[in-house]
This record gives sequence, C-alpha cells and structure tokens, in this order.
Amino acid sequence: MIEGILIGLTTALTLQNIFMVMIGCFFGTIIGMLPGLGPMTAIALMIPITYGFDPATGLILMAGVYYGAVFGGSTSSILLNAPGVPGTVATSFDGYPMAQQGKAGKALAIAAWSSFAGGTLSAIYLLFMAPSLSKVSLSFRSPDYFALMILGLTAIAAFSSKGQFLKAMMMVVLGLMLASVGQDSLSDITRFTFDNMNLTDGISFVLVVMATFAMSEALTIILKRNDPTSAAKQVSLTELGSIKINKEERVKMYKTIPRSSLIGFLIGVLPGAGATIASFLAYGMERNLVRDEEKEKFGKGSVNGLSAPETANNAACSGSFVPMLTLGIPGSGTTAVMLGALLGFGIQPGPRLYMTNPEIFWSVIMSMYIGMVILLILNLPLIPYIARILAVPKNYLIPLILFFSITGIYVMSFNNFDIYLMIGIAIVATFLRLYDFPMPPLILAFVLGGLMEENLRRSLLLSNGSWEFLWDRTLTICILVTTILIVFWQIYKTLKKRI
Amino acid sequence: MKLIKSFFSVLFSAALLLSTTTVNSIAIEKLHFVIGGGAGGGWDGTARGTGEALTKAGFLKSASFENMSGGGGGKALAYMINTKPENTILVQSTPLVLRSITRHKGYVSGSGTLSYKDVVPIAGVIGDYGAIAVAKNSPYKNFKDVVDAYKANPSSIKMAGGSVRGSMDHLIGALAFQAAGANPNDVAYIPYDAGGKALAGLLSGETQIISTGLGELMGARDQVRIIGITAPDRVADAPDAPTLKEQGYDVQFVNWRGFFGPPGMSNKDKKAIAKMLGDVQKTPEWEEVRARNAWVNIYNPDKKFVKFLKTQTKEMTALMKKLGVI
Repeated sequence: MIEGILIGLTTALTLQNIFMVMIGCFFGTIIGMLPGLGPMTAIALMIPITYGFDPATGLILMAGVYYGAVFGGSTSSILLNAPGVPGTVATSFDGYPMAQQGKAGKALAIAAWSSFAGGTLSAIYLLFMAPSLSKVSLSFRSPDYFALMILGLTAIAAFSSKGQFLKAMMMVVLGLMLASVGQDSLSDITRFTFDNMNLTDGISFVLVVMATFAMSEALTIILKRNDPTSAAKQVSLTELGSIKINKEERVKMYKTIPRSSLIGFLIGVLPGAGATIASFLAYGMERNLVRDEEKEKFGKGSVNGLSAPETANNAACSGSFVPMLTLGIPGSGTTAVMLGALLGFGIQPGPRLYMTNPEIFWSVIMSMYIGMVILLILNLPLIPYIARILAVPKNYLIPLILFFSITGIYVMSFNNFDIYLMIGIAIVATFLRLYDFPMPPLILAFVLGGLMEENLRRSLLLSNGSWEFLWDRTLTICILVTTILIVFWQIYKTLKKRI
Repeated sequence: MKLIKSFFSVLFSAALLLSTTTVNSIAIEKLHFVIGGGAGGGWDGTARGTGEALTKAGFLKSASFENMSGGGGGKALAYMINTKPENTILVQSTPLVLRSITRHKGYVSGSGTLSYKDVVPIAGVIGDYGAIAVAKNSPYKNFKDVVDAYKANPSSIKMAGGSVRGSMDHLIGALAFQAAGANPNDVAYIPYDAGGKALAGLLSGETQIISTGLGELMGARDQVRIIGITAPDRVADAPDAPTLKEQGYDVQFVNWRGFFGPPGMSNKDKKAIAKMLGDVQKTPEWEEVRARNAWVNIYNPDKKFVKFLKTQTKEMTALMKKLGVI
C-alpha cells in the first residue's frame, strides 16, 4: 500500500497534474462563488475535454473543480447571504451576521482556514482508512438515514431562542410543506402541483435558498432603507479588510475543526447523505458541544457556528470520493458525473482500485492536499479585496444581487417558471422576515424533511409496514437515543433557567 | 423569451433556406437538439454524443444543444408540440412511452394528453438493456434461485430500483417475475431516488435484488453479480452477464434512446435525419463516442420505430395494469 501511495504522490506531483489542480481549483472557486451554477454542470461540460488526458489527470481536474466550488461557495454565503453551492448554506447562518457586524474579512478568513483544515484532515482520514471505509458507506440503511435526518432537525433549536420557538416551528412546517410539492419519491403520484408540469419535479433546493436568503435579504434592505442604523452601518462596513484571527477565536477553532471534520467526513462517506446534510449536522452538533454563552451567539455571528459547517462541507466533499471510487456508487449528482467519466476512461471502480490503479486512486487523494494549499493561497490574499464588495453602495449592490439570483436560477433549468416561482417565494419570505420569522429552520426542514419522509416510507416498505425498524438495529437505536438525549437536555436546561 | 424564440426561429428558417439552396453532400446544415433534462443526465449524454459524432464525421456542419428541464421531460415535449421549431429534434427514451400510457394531464394547452404520437418519431439509435443483479456474496446464483426463494416465501425478496413505482426499473423486474409465473404485483419493489442509491441499498443488505438498467451497474461490477439481462443475446460489454432468455425466461426489454421531430415535420426532413443517424453509426467517430459511453447500437428508423413503439406501448400497458399503477 505504501508503494501505491508513493506512486500516487509522484503522479500527483508531475508538473501537468499540479497545473490541473490549479486550473480546477481556480475554476471551482469561481463557479462556487456564482450562485446557481454548480460543480455538477461544470464537470459535465468539462468531460469532453478530459478525454484527451490520462485518467488520473482528468479525475484530478474534476476533483479540483468539485472541492474548489465547495471552498469558494462560502464567499457569497458570507458576503451576500447567497450560498454559491448547496453545501455552504449553513455557512451563511453565522457568516452573514458576522459580515454585517463589520467583520467580513475575519469571517472569510475563518471560513478559508476551516475549509482548508476540513479538506486536509479528511484527506488524511482517506489516506489511513480509505480501503476499509467502504464498509462504513454500506453500514447505513434506510432506518438509519431516517434517524439521522431527525437528529439533523435538532439543529433548529439554534434559531428558536427567546420567544422565537413558535415562529421557528411554523417555519419548519412551511419548509416541510414546500418539500412535499412535486412527484412523490416512492410512487409516481404528484402532490400539490395543481396540474402545473413545472412543479412535477418539485421545487429545487437552490431555488428555495436563493429566494429565502439572497433575494428576500435584498428586498428587506430596500424596505428598510430609511432605517437610521443602515447609514451608520454602511460607514462601518468600509473597514472590512482585516483578516486577523485573534487568539480567543483560534482556540475556538482548534476545538471545532477536529470534531466537525470527523462528522463531515463520515456523513460524506454515506451515499445517502452529502455535503449539505453534513454541514447542517455539524452545525447542530457544534451548538450542543459549546458553552452556554457561545450557544447564545449561534445564528448571530458565532465563530464556532461558522467554522463547523465550513469544515464539515469540505470534509464531506473529500469523503464522497470513497463510495464512488471503492464501490462504484455515486452519492450525489456531481460524483455520478465523475463516475461516468471514470468508466469512460475504462477504469473499473471497486474495493481493489487502490491496488489495481494506484496511480489513479492515490494521486486523486494526494492532489487534494495540493489543492487545499492552492485554494488557501488563492483565497487568503484576495479576502481584503473581495470583502470590499460590501462597501459598494447598496443602490448598486442590491440590483447586482437580484441579477445574479435570477440568472443563477435560470441557467440551472432554463425554465422561466423557476424565476417567477423564486420571486414569489422571495416576496413571501420578505414579509415573514419583517415579522421576525427565522429562515434557516425553513431550509433545514426543506432538505431534511424530504429525505426523512423518503427514508421513513422506504423503511416501512422494507419492514412490511411494521414500525419494528426503529429498534431493530443497534445503529438506528444509537442515533435515535442521541436525538432524544439532545432534546431532553435542551428542555431540562430551559426549565432550569426559568426556575 | 418570446422574442428570443422568434429570433431563433428566424435564424433556423434562414439556415433551412440556406441548406435547401446549396447543393452538397451534407443533407442538413444545422441541427438543434432539445434535451428535456439537465447537463450530465442520460438524455444530455445521448444528444451531445450524437451531435459530436455527426459533426466530426461530416454529416452535419454544426450542432447546438439546449437543456430544458421540467416535468420529467414534459416541458421540452410540450415545447416541441406547441412551437413546432424547425431543424430541431428532441431526444427521448422509454419513459416517453410510459408517459403516453399514464396520460399525465395538463401538459399541453388545449388537449389533455401527451404521447409519442404527438411528435414525429425519427429513429431509435441506442439502447440499454434491463438487468437484475444480486450482491456478490448473495446465496442466489441465478434468477431461478431468486424465483424459488420468492415462491417459498414472497416476503424474503425485496427488489430495489432507482426510480418510483411504475417506472422503468420497476417494470424490468416485474417483467422477469411475470415470465417466471409469479404475480408481479406481489413482488415487493423498494424505490430509491437514483440508481446509485438503489445500489447502495442492495449492497447494504436491505434489499436482496436490484432491477435497473445494465448501464447503472457497470460501475459496480466488482460488487454485484448480474443474474439476468433482458437482451436477446449476451452483450459484448458484459460477457459474463447471462440473459434471462437463456435461463428459460422469455423476457426482452430495451430502454431505447432516440430522436423525435416536431409535429408537421416534412417526410423529406424526417427521412434525411433518420438516414444520417443510421449512416453515422458506421463511422469510427461514432464508434469512439459509443465505446466511451458503453452504448449498445440499436438503429431503428422511421416506420420500424413507430411499429416498435406501438408494440412496447401494448406490452407495457398490460403490465402496468397488472401492477395497478394505471
């Protein structure tokens, strides 16, 4: 195996491959920053070019685009509240408030370092555990995924403090309702489509995020333009360049990064989850692990709350290569496209790939280290300049946000209806915002709810309609017990405070 | 949008005018491919691969592509029917037949149903056979083992598939069990939202068999044992995979992918495009694209294609009635 790793290292370190990593990371970062355009489309369009290369080179390039996009996606999440890729939605929960407090440079730096650490740590996990990780990929069954989604929903607690509980729960219900639109995932019955075929595929996640985050944020700013605090804010936002992370913040990150990278990596390895779920789970878990005073800051610009999802989504991105390379199972659309390319090269994925094709398997993993360093070098010096976007007067910035939101959603589907739908949802979301309804619970419920329903119903099908699946497997019980403990712990704490 | 559309139609009619006035070996100058799904999907690969081979082999001067997602391909279909764009063809596959059977409503203004009869079938070009597989460590060695186990205890066999109930994946497995004398409606079908997820379900042990397209299984050949494919003969890309036919189950099914013209497409254009799609399959340029994607050539033009679609509709209607999905 050592021999294989060395072969991989020498392959990754050839001039051509380092160049490919650079190109991949560069384009990935840009694609990630632009809302709507995701790594999947970019990689699919890139495939014809890669057929001129070695398989290893082609895969290194595609992998670079993939993790580069997840790395770059955090920038627009933090600065504009417009997540560039689904995996960076949770980044905006704390990153955007932090930027609004005049700490945009710092927030971007925390995100960059966390992404770097998450990506690098998970590449180390890959190095030591890759051959045996395929067992982890296959250890989760439908009931376990169902339990995992319920565990993820506990993260909603972060947005339901101080009399917000009822509002947060109402947003959860709204999110679940939006998730149920479209063709039912198990039968071919369509739900809540009103015979409109544009709705039969359901509402896309990116659309809901863009409408409830980016667009409604922009519209809220317009409606509040006479707010006296906003003028003062504009002044304070011109000093955003500092990317210094102080000692206290660094200590926080030292604690967050290891545990979030592990959660992110393990969730990424599961073919039924992915970077988005990983970042939500890491965010929720982090809130349960930090001290009470930090807990209060979650959703309002917490360092831990920003670092956790940003570490986890990059770790998950590396982890998702495990089922693809060692089992031939794609866990997401992006890895499915890469798997197709791999087969086109005549490479057969499988548990023995790291022995039969060490130059491919290990060189991709090795290129991830190089890629992470390149991304850090690419991003850190640019932060002071990118952060100045916020100093752009609002009457220029807001039209730009609206423009990018609308074009971003259009290039995803080339369907006008999606634009109308997005504007409609954004208007509703704006009114909800004005009455202090939190948006993150809606997004969490939208993503987790769909998967929760699907896995619950599949579990019931598998157990012939009996609910025994809830306690049939140790793994399911473990996750459910953890969930129950978290919920009761929170209730206990709240009650204690009141007394 | 209306403006862009009319601009394009002007552009295409200009191109058409040009192509009729210049006399050369290129039958059609330009062809616009409408794809009812996103980049990276099966339809997308078929259209772009075909377009690439056609231009490289010199049958076509330029090919352009347009992704039009929505309604599981219905949006693109409705676009073809409603606007009748010139020099434009639509890529479609077996789900078009299934859609015609289930009669989804409200897709075209005015008329209620949407079927392959509303567009002009040009030719089927490639196909993917259905396959049934078990995990490598499964006690079942062939399809008969599975059928025996099912007959002894019907709830011992759960069949995974990469799409909803009544979808192609479901029908492939149902056809096989029907041929084995079982009631296909009693076989427990477990739907997943993608082929990869269904494969993960099989390998995690929550289902015993998977029923899907052969192409979906190619990536995981080391982990699964293919115990039956729905081809008439074994295929070159997977020589170890036995056919269901050779095991005594008379099942044949092919998920075709082909091209359709807008309603009212002239006979001359249809014949020219069909001929071009057939001739290109003999070129090395096509072979390169085909091998890269592991496609199976099933050139099936014009009237033969229409006849095939009719037969498939009849077979699938009967099966779907049995399954209670229509």
